[in-house]
Amino acid sequence: MPDFLWLGLSAGLIIAAIAGPLGSFVVWQRLAYFGDTLAHSALLGVALSLWLSINIQLGIIICCLGLAVLLVVLQRKPQLASDSLLGILSHGSLALGLVTIALIDDVRLDLNAYLFGDLLAVSQQDLYWIGGVALALALTLWRNWNSLLAITVHPELAQVEGLPVERLRLTLMLMIALLVAIAMKIIGVLLITALLIIPAAASRKFVTSPEQMAATAIAIGCGSVAGGLGLSLSLDTPAGPSIVVFAIGLFLVAGLANTALSSVKK
Amino acid sequence: MSEYLLQAKQISMVYGQQTVLQAVDLTIRAGEIVTLIGPNGAGKTTLVKAVLGLIEPSLGQIIRQPGLRIGYMPQRLHVDPSLPITVGRFLRLAHPSKAAIKEALAEVGTSHLLNNPLQSISGGELQRVLLARALLRDPQLLVLDEPVQGVDIAGQTELYQLIETLRERHQCGVLMVSHDLHLVMAQTDTVICLNQHVCCHGHPEHVSTDPAYLALFGEKYSQALAVYHHDHDHEHDIHGDVIPDESGNSPNHDHSQCGHNHHHGSHQHSNKHNEQKQDEQKGGQGHA
Repeated sequence: MPDFLWLGLSAGLIIAAIAGPLGSFVVWQRLAYFGDTLAHSALLGVALSLWLSINIQLGIIICCLGLAVLLVVLQRKPQLASDSLLGILSHGSLALGLVTIALIDDVRLDLNAYLFGDLLAVSQQDLYWIGGVALALALTLWRNWNSLLAITVHPELAQVEGLPVERLRLTLMLMIALLVAIAMKIIGVLLITALLIIPAAASRKFVTSPEQMAATAIAIGCGSVAGGLGLSLSLDTPAGPSIVVFAIGLFLVAGLANTALSSVKK
Repeated sequence: MSEYLLQAKQISMVYGQQTVLQAVDLTIRAGEIVTLIGPNGAGKTTLVKAVLGLIEPSLGQIIRQPGLRIGYMPQRLHVDPSLPITVGRFLRLAHPSKAAIKEALAEVGTSHLLNNPLQSISGGELQRVLLARALLRDPQLLVLDEPVQGVDIAGQTELYQLIETLRERHQCGVLMVSHDLHLVMAQTDTVICLNQHVCCHGHPEHVSTDPAYLALFGEKYSQALAVYHHDHDHEHDIHGDVIPDESGNSPNHDHSQCGHNHHHGSHQHSNKHNEQKQDEQKGGQGHA
């Protein structure tokens, strides 16, 4: 197995392992559109880092984190409905990113690689970035798991019980932003949210606790990455969409299996 | 009874142009049940949130006893169906000990729900589970925002009686919000009738005849009140026996104000909430 495959596969599996629990929170708190908005801002991060000649991975991370903070601040005193606000920021940053990239004419950039992910582009250095950020995310999730669940179930109750709700909410947003930033290279701007949502949603019917849901989502996500990469290699299709197609396949199988199970029970 | 758990002084709350609360005073002592009543939009929930420290009042001051432990029962709990969570896991969010969780569930009479999904239990059961979560905090003050919401009449009476029992057992102060005075009268020491400002306050018997109260709720409503009046003019201890009131008088069964038939229907408790024990005891005492 060639090196680039190992790199791509490892990166994908690491991301799926974090996307399982984080994606569960995205589903529980209905943050899918939030994830999309962050992903779109990642492209603006690419454009700005090319323009300013800084490390692209760092530029993406800064841009995603910045937008997450901006969203949390704007949502605190809402002048607009949440989805309108997200729509403006989402498409605004996507368009701004595309225009900026077009303006930097001395750079030849494969836009498709950023929009849909490029397995072959994962370098050793990328893997270090992804591994480091994923480790930090895993530790943060582990330490704050119960508190994050408490604010998901009832924020005010959690606050009366002494939890720093605002800080926890911001922590969750920043974690999603970081995951989006490191996943961009594998899955691509337009499809990152799918890897957050589909595995978590597919596991819902089979589980009875939040922890089981996160664990099952990790398994389904890793399966999708492995299967999708296999699909991509054998059919010569782009990696990101192949992973998502595989995940959707698993989602449908899970749905059918659940229907079959419940009809057997009856 | 003398020490203040919490004292709110001249609380005002203004959102933009709109005044929601105006110079409201409120004190809660240990072992005392204070009930907030008032029409929709009277600012009851706003006042509760200020008491809890969830919002800062625009004006005024809230003094809490240092280190005050508050158990809060929110008005509503909506858990997204995508979140798989059992009653036991829900309670573990507030307390790590399984023994404590079982004890709290037993106290509110819902031990059998431990492993049920939170979204599958009935409205009345959910209110009890929320009460159990508030108890897990070992509260000195229980704050209950419309604790009987979404519960049928028979269940409402049971819940109010449970709250009374918990107050006795834990010696905690209780602040609760209610729409209707008639159901909470027996379990309440002080009623505060709120309509942005405090219209009237005091002992429930006194408030129910206060002109300000009648003006707010109307004659018709106070007639309905009289129907229940004699039902709740005595208190029950933990075992459901009637206990004399503070002055030692036996419960007053004067029906002269009612002027129509007495409804005892609300005391025909259903077994819906698996409260056989309480039900049997209550069923054993006659009212007629």
